[in-house]
Amino acid sequence: MDTLLDPLSYAFFQKGLIVATISGALLGFIGVYIVLRGMSYIGHGLSHAIFGGYAAMQLFAAQLYVLGAGLWGVASALAITNVARRSRLGADAAIGVVTTASFALGVALFARFGSSGPAFDNALFGSILGITNAQIFWLLVVTAFTGIVVFTRYRALMFTTFDPEVANVSGVRTGRTEALLMVMLSLAILVTLTVIGVTLVAAMLVIPAVIARMLTDSFAKMLMLSTVVGSFAGLVGMYASYFAEVPSGAMIVLVGAVIFIIVLAATGARGLRRSAGLDSHTETPARQGVR
Amino acid sequence: MSSPLISLRSVDAGYRNSTVLHNVTLSVSRDSFTGIVGPSGAGKTTLLRLLLGSMKPQRGVIDRAARLPVSYVPQLETVDWNFPATVSECVLMSRAARRVPWASRAERGEVAAVLDRLGIGDLGERHIRELSGGQQQRMFLARALIRKPQLLLLDEPTSGVDISTRHAVLHLLADLHADGMGIVLTTHDLNGIAAHLPHLVCVNKHIVAEGTPEEVITPDVLEETFGAQMEVLQHLGMLVVVDPGGPRRMVS
Repeated sequence: MDTLLDPLSYAFFQKGLIVATISGALLGFIGVYIVLRGMSYIGHGLSHAIFGGYAAMQLFAAQLYVLGAGLWGVASALAITNVARRSRLGADAAIGVVTTASFALGVALFARFGSSGPAFDNALFGSILGITNAQIFWLLVVTAFTGIVVFTRYRALMFTTFDPEVANVSGVRTGRTEALLMVMLSLAILVTLTVIGVTLVAAMLVIPAVIARMLTDSFAKMLMLSTVVGSFAGLVGMYASYFAEVPSGAMIVLVGAVIFIIVLAATGARGLRRSAGLDSHTETPARQGVR
Repeated sequence: MSSPLISLRSVDAGYRNSTVLHNVTLSVSRDSFTGIVGPSGAGKTTLLRLLLGSMKPQRGVIDRAARLPVSYVPQLETVDWNFPATVSECVLMSRAARRVPWASRAERGEVAAVLDRLGIGDLGERHIRELSGGQQQRMFLARALIRKPQLLLLDEPTSGVDISTRHAVLHLLADLHADGMGIVLTTHDLNGIAAHLPHLVCVNKHIVAEGTPEEVITPDVLEETFGAQMEVLQHLGMLVVVDPGGPRRMVS
């Protein structure tokens, strides 16, 4: 027992535990919308895009890197949405072009000029070292913002996710709703990046949501379950990372993967049937905009 | 005829650099019970989208009554039926302006009433994947009707459903029209749907003909609309379209 409580005696670990648990919950919560829209790849792309902004801001105004990376991420998200909607490129191709270019820029800037902020490895794979109270504050702000938006726009978000064309003609401003979702996603990735890491954030967007989908056919329950699974993976993964002495992001994702395997084994064909099609980037005529 | 709810005057419409519909002039009102008939790619859905207001014309004018409540029923295959939602949840999506996630008592009553009217009152808590094609169509109708529209637009409402469901959907639409709702639907089913409607618009990149089935379902109009020769017979007072180039000749 003492061994389990031992890491809690360190202030940095306490902060890490709080951030990991809330990060897992936030990514799990918002991941439901991403997964149900068949846009799992966007989390992967956006985290890489934000890395570019993160690196660039280190050069010009290191103390503002959170703000700069956030704006970069939001701009990337809106660019992806815009490119996918207006051009003949699919969302996958748009994500591939916009975000990998941004990531490449980040790598180039880090390699050429180095970092005055968090280390390169930490940005990629997550670290609990050096978490500040300000980071916890912003994580809480983004979590509260996301919760309020989803609460007040629950039906509009659900309708836009399920049937965007009919939502649009039924009075839902689908363009604005999609943009709001992209802003929430960008902010969520930004404030969870320090603990989870650029390369692993996407997994925490997808894994809890897929697990929740295998367990329920109810949208509201899926939101709750995904949030719980995400926070559990964050909590247990953070603990495990301390004892295993591996980056926190990697351990959090591994815990999520283990839960996935257990749920897959327990739900069997029923779970597979429920989660069928989540990875298909099938474009409905409405999303394609052509007919 | 009551005053038009939507009027299209000399409208061209299409996507990006291509024009799908040319010089379309058409009015719909609460008296309308109209079928838009044409082959695949003729511009039926584009015409429906112009009426919906979800796409803008490339040329021409569209006049629309102010604050016109219009509901739309899309084709069944446009959504993911594995989406985690019950029938009631899907119907309530149409009430997207509500600022809290849960349904009010009044909303629950309205949902129950509309599902009852459509004969699926016992399926409210059923997952949408578990519905038959006909039940899915009725759920879409319920979602449209709960907005209390003056005009209901339907895209191929009977495609992929069996004959009895097709009859049931047609009767239901006739009841709604009798209650004062304008109805416009697209179909390529001449015998099963179009011949039973009071007003038809034949489309193939432009409006080929418009009028009652007796005026429109003629060999000349059908050939211009579908690009194939067809015969029109009378059977028990009903028009029946026969495609002489169909499978029987190919087999023989």
